[in-house]
Amino acid sequence: MSIKQHAEAAEEFIRDEARTDWHDETLWFVRDKRDIAVNKLPEWEILRDWASRIKDHTLSNLDHYLKSFEEKAASNGIIVHWATDAEDHNRIIHKIIADNKIDKIVKSKSMLTEECHLNEYLQSKGIKILDSDLGEYIVQLREETPSHIVLPAIHLKRQDVSETFHEHLHTEKGNYDPQYLAGAARHHLRERFIEADLAITGVNFAIAESGSFVVCTNEGNADMGVHAANIHIACMGIEKLIPKTDHLGVFLRLLARSATGQPITTYSSHFNKPRPGQQMHVVIVDNGRSRQLGRPDFRNSLKCIRCAACFNTCPVYRKSGGHSYHSAVAGPIGSILNPNLDMKANSDLPFASTLCGSCSNVCPVKIDIHQQLWKWRQIIVANGNVEKGKKVGMQGMAWVLSNPQVYRISGKIGRWVMRTFPFMLSNRLNAWYKQREMPRAPEKSFRDWFIENK
Amino acid sequence: MIMSSRETILKAVAMNKPDLSELPDMDLSMTIQYADCKQQFVDMVEASGGKAFYQNSRQDLLNDLAEVKAEGKFMINLLENPHTEEWKNLKAFELEGLDTCYLRAELGVAESGAMWISEKQMSNRLLPFICQHLVIVLDQGNIVNNMHHAYHQIDAAAEGFGVFIAGPSKTADIEQNLVIGAHGARSMRVYLIDNEM
Amino acid sequence: MKIGLFIPCYIDQFYPEAAIATYQLLKKLGCEVSYPMDQTCCGQPMANSGFSNLTKGCDVNFVKNFRGFEYIVAPSGSCVLHIKQHLKKGADPSVLQKIRESVYELSEFLIDILKVTRLEASFPHKVGMHVSCHGQRGLHLSSMSELVAPEFSKAEQLLNMVEGLELLKPVRVDECCGFGGAFCVFEEAVSVKMGKDRIKEHLVNDVEFITAGDTSCLMHLEGILNRQGSGVKTIHLAEILNNVL
Repeated sequence: MSIKQHAEAAEEFIRDEARTDWHDETLWFVRDKRDIAVNKLPEWEILRDWASRIKDHTLSNLDHYLKSFEEKAASNGIIVHWATDAEDHNRIIHKIIADNKIDKIVKSKSMLTEECHLNEYLQSKGIKILDSDLGEYIVQLREETPSHIVLPAIHLKRQDVSETFHEHLHTEKGNYDPQYLAGAARHHLRERFIEADLAITGVNFAIAESGSFVVCTNEGNADMGVHAANIHIACMGIEKLIPKTDHLGVFLRLLARSATGQPITTYSSHFNKPRPGQQMHVVIVDNGRSRQLGRPDFRNSLKCIRCAACFNTCPVYRKSGGHSYHSAVAGPIGSILNPNLDMKANSDLPFASTLCGSCSNVCPVKIDIHQQLWKWRQIIVANGNVEKGKKVGMQGMAWVLSNPQVYRISGKIGRWVMRTFPFMLSNRLNAWYKQREMPRAPEKSFRDWFIENK
Repeated sequence: MIMSSRETILKAVAMNKPDLSELPDMDLSMTIQYADCKQQFVDMVEASGGKAFYQNSRQDLLNDLAEVKAEGKFMINLLENPHTEEWKNLKAFELEGLDTCYLRAELGVAESGAMWISEKQMSNRLLPFICQHLVIVLDQGNIVNNMHHAYHQIDAAAEGFGVFIAGPSKTADIEQNLVIGAHGARSMRVYLIDNEM
Repeated sequence: MKIGLFIPCYIDQFYPEAAIATYQLLKKLGCEVSYPMDQTCCGQPMANSGFSNLTKGCDVNFVKNFRGFEYIVAPSGSCVLHIKQHLKKGADPSVLQKIRESVYELSEFLIDILKVTRLEASFPHKVGMHVSCHGQRGLHLSSMSELVAPEFSKAEQLLNMVEGLELLKPVRVDECCGFGGAFCVFEEAVSVKMGKDRIKEHLVNDVEFITAGDTSCLMHLEGILNRQGSGVKTIHLAEILNNVL
């Protein structure tokens, strides 16, 4: 079964127009909250600049910082693993689980583990993981994937959550109150935290100078898991590194404001050493990141701090939903990261954009997302990952437009056809015409007028 | 020769990384400074869903402790002696019923209402998260403007663990409806005290 | 001021009135305006679709028509942005650079170069302002809602000089209309949805016209408005600035 491309998936999404409007407004509301928060800091654009340059510098010296991080972390009793790809990452985690004969596992939000399909891998080995972030918990119960990297269940209405909880948690049927539903989740998950043997988390920032890492949550689910469990596994991409603790000042000020409009998340937990008696592991993952690092046009995308501000501002994302992107990381940033992982499967993504540039403006680390979208299009076409019809059409257009005479004649004929035989274009075969009238076709072009009137 | 994953990754990174670029010069005078740090802090604590007490707070805190004690619920008070061994090694199932926990924060951040609590203040890493109600005591002279100043003042890597806490736990995962009380504490009270109590 | 008038292909063919208004306006303001007769297209439709390798012909033709002009002015932010960013083939690098540095969108030319402060123009109507993205975010024709920065808009500055005009802005001041070039047909559903949503916000303001600096946006919005049977018309910025009663 082939994966639906963005345009087709989007069309299906939009068919329920009222729901699309609701999805669009909900995400715009988050963009709005972000705007209010960032405008409270006159230095906002300076912060973005600092963050961008700190990340640029880090990437330019990444091997050094990775080694420094490993050395310090290890000296603090943290066990450091390296995974070249998703399979490697999954195997490492599985080994820790199997070696320790672990039964009960909780996981807080980690897009990296989504990217690596960790849950499915472990499931195939007969191991179940509970996703504890409320949004992820909900989609896990529904056997769906998250549609947003910060707000995993943003595509669901409270009625959907209520039905799911009624089915799995036996909450009251028809009780849609978010407070009630969240309370039910708290109750059910609390037991699971208490009895967890192993907790998996992501990493928001890893600090090279101290071998520490920081995990940011609002729910407290990461902490409830790791401080209860005997084993903590933290998964991070190689790009999560920052050089110094001081730099956290910059990133923590940018992250939550960009993501949700809060000045900071409720919890910013700094892990330096395992608690006595606990095993703390960090899995450092490449999975295509070093390859992206080697692409001068696209290495900037590795600066991403996974805030999803680009999702919230993108009209295409808001009006087509995260599932239309068929990837762990959707939205504008996904569209420049995913072609690196699999160009063929993700060749539609860079075209799911009007190149409006709003994403680049909200990006706290100043990734030139919309420029990279344009550049990926060139590569995708050059690699032949485009429909033959489109290629032929473009070649035809290029020929016409390079020849002034041909251009003028084609234009004249085209307009004449439109005026005389409007049905030739005003029909169902013309995608433009599906929901729009054709433009009027004037008798004279500007050039014609100019000749007569100059 | 088969390279380890570590070697493979480091080699690829070394080969693919761009030319070295400089770290920015961060002039902190360009970052926000509040006319009244304490008021900003209090406002942000309230905005994050917490409650702040700063007038007559010493007495209010004593009343708070007395009330909770009188209710007979499981409470832990680490204000006097955070180094106590009493709670240090308790497991999650033993702390599950913890109703209220009193901790000291070293520092507060005006721009967000966040407070830094390091491991030595909490004795057991679970305590700030597993309690139903979190009560934090902060010396009001230890409120800084923003996170940059905070990191200058604390040593975030000095102990095994530390956390900035800004308000009670919360989620907006259900239709962007803000719900206070997710998996961490359901409420948070902050007492701003003048001196050591 | 010697100007080479750059008229985008689809304006030449489908919206000559916007080009006529541009030409007349520039002349009114004292410019000597030449119209290179063999111009065709800047190449943007191909380049934005990933086929920048096919634009050499357009680039060569553009250079042939426009080299030597002190200023090249077009009533289109997206075409001007394309030339500025992507005119890299078809001639000597120094020639290409000069052209890239000499090309201006109409409103930025009027404000930054001609330094227009008054217009003999009148348009007594309620007009909705649509901000065309490529001009805005690419050429900085106006401030951007995402950034923490002072507000400004070259188009609005000019429209405020027009007598009787009531300018109304949508709530989402700079959300994209959804045209996006080939996007308008290859992602038709999203494109039209975006257009419909923009229109909804303008209709709330009870406008008679929607204006923008880019005819591509207007063509797309007009198509939807006409399909809806709406009485709201689209009109290019140049036509308003050139309008006298």
